[in-house]
Amino acid sequence: MSAAGSESSVSAPVKVDGEGLPLWLLLELTYRCPLKCPWCNNPLDFDRYRNELTTEEWVDVLRQGRELGALQLGFSGGEPMQRRDLEELVGEATRLGYYTNLITSGMGLNEQRLAALQRAGLKQVQLSLQACDAELNNRLVGADAYAHKIAAARAIKARGFPMVLNVPVSRYNIEQAPALLELAEELGIEYVEFANLQYYNWALLNRSDLLPTREQLSVAEAVVAETRARLGRRMTIYFVITDYYAERPKACMKGWGNIHLTIAPDGAALPCQEARVIEGLKFPNVRDHDLGWIWHESPVFQKFRGESWMQEPCRSCPERGHDYGGCRCQAFLLNGDAASTDPVCGKSPNHHLIEEAVAAAMAGRPQNRLIMRQRGLNVA
Amino acid sequence: MNNNVGLQRTDIVEIDPTFLFRWEEPQRAYVLLYPEGLVKLNSTAGEILAVVAQTVAVGDLLDNFIAKYNNPDIADDILTFLEASNERGWVRIKR
Repeated sequence: MSAAGSESSVSAPVKVDGEGLPLWLLLELTYRCPLKCPWCNNPLDFDRYRNELTTEEWVDVLRQGRELGALQLGFSGGEPMQRRDLEELVGEATRLGYYTNLITSGMGLNEQRLAALQRAGLKQVQLSLQACDAELNNRLVGADAYAHKIAAARAIKARGFPMVLNVPVSRYNIEQAPALLELAEELGIEYVEFANLQYYNWALLNRSDLLPTREQLSVAEAVVAETRARLGRRMTIYFVITDYYAERPKACMKGWGNIHLTIAPDGAALPCQEARVIEGLKFPNVRDHDLGWIWHESPVFQKFRGESWMQEPCRSCPERGHDYGGCRCQAFLLNGDAASTDPVCGKSPNHHLIEEAVAAAMAGRPQNRLIMRQRGLNVA
Repeated sequence: MNNNVGLQRTDIVEIDPTFLFRWEEPQRAYVLLYPEGLVKLNSTAGEILAVVAQTVAVGDLLDNFIAKYNNPDIADDILTFLEASNERGWVRIKR
């Protein structure tokens, strides 16, 4: 007699056998947000998408998602608190049996709405925090946000929610890792995720300014190791090195169309939040198709599923079953071909693009020239 | 917080309340859900945690499985699994 399970976490590169089911459903309820984070993963032309799904349409997505086998549900954005029907959607998701995660900046999350979300069955809250001093935090998000975030964190813990503190890591805040961990410990937060930025959309625009140095990462890694040893089970710390400094690509989304399904504010179904950066793909919309067809049969979801689409060096690589050739979006953005090997891989013929980007960032730091998320940006 | 993974027969164990444990028909398996993660349990692990989910003394749980399978040798394996589950935070000592 032996006992075991297969484990999966968003942040740990462990392969989960989803048996072809979309275990993770992420609803980007809106692209609207009061913050201006210069690493935002929403599209650069986010303000063009104004036809958000209605409450009834989201409820229908929730029902179809459960029928397909989805278990983990994220409410994200933009800022999901911008949707006045969030409590209603959480209630419906609870009734359907999802594990509900709220992914929020804390803006708009007041005590009243938190109480309503708890009554609706919300299971956990992921709150972003950029720094543990108001000046830096507010400068990085382009708004007076710090006090709201700290108040939100205290309110979340006072209600007994398990909580993930998500820290988007750049060169600006990485040296605050020890202070951020102390703050998390003081607040009684169980999970801290140092989310190294992924360079798409706004983050790619600001890559030279945001990329931390190797030395900064090493120091932070040591602090994380020390804190893990000291706190044991009281806190789980996720710290994934940015893929620009890795030898091999991340197992992005654990494979395209494998376990993850994102629905964008306008109803577009995406294999990952960033997939819209790949030009030439026509993403199916939940307003036109049922989720079962989208997941199992739509051309977009089959395009990079499995291994048959791979080119060399991925096609014959012994690690292809582990990392799936990396990220399709990054391959498109940096190589111009979404089916090529992710250039962060040392085996990619384009790996020099990564080395050059790192070298350029380290050589010529623009001083506080961050391009904040904004409407109508002309990026031509 | 109990970081000592050695469990006693008299310990009352339960699923950590921040985890959601249940049967999931599309997976035909028990699953554990927690912030940003999920564990799909094999049939043996699921069977044990389904008993833990009722809140139970370790000794009673072991005795019941020994009787059910008519095999005293399985106690060590079950205890090892429970201790590993405790260490991972899936299961906690209530008392």
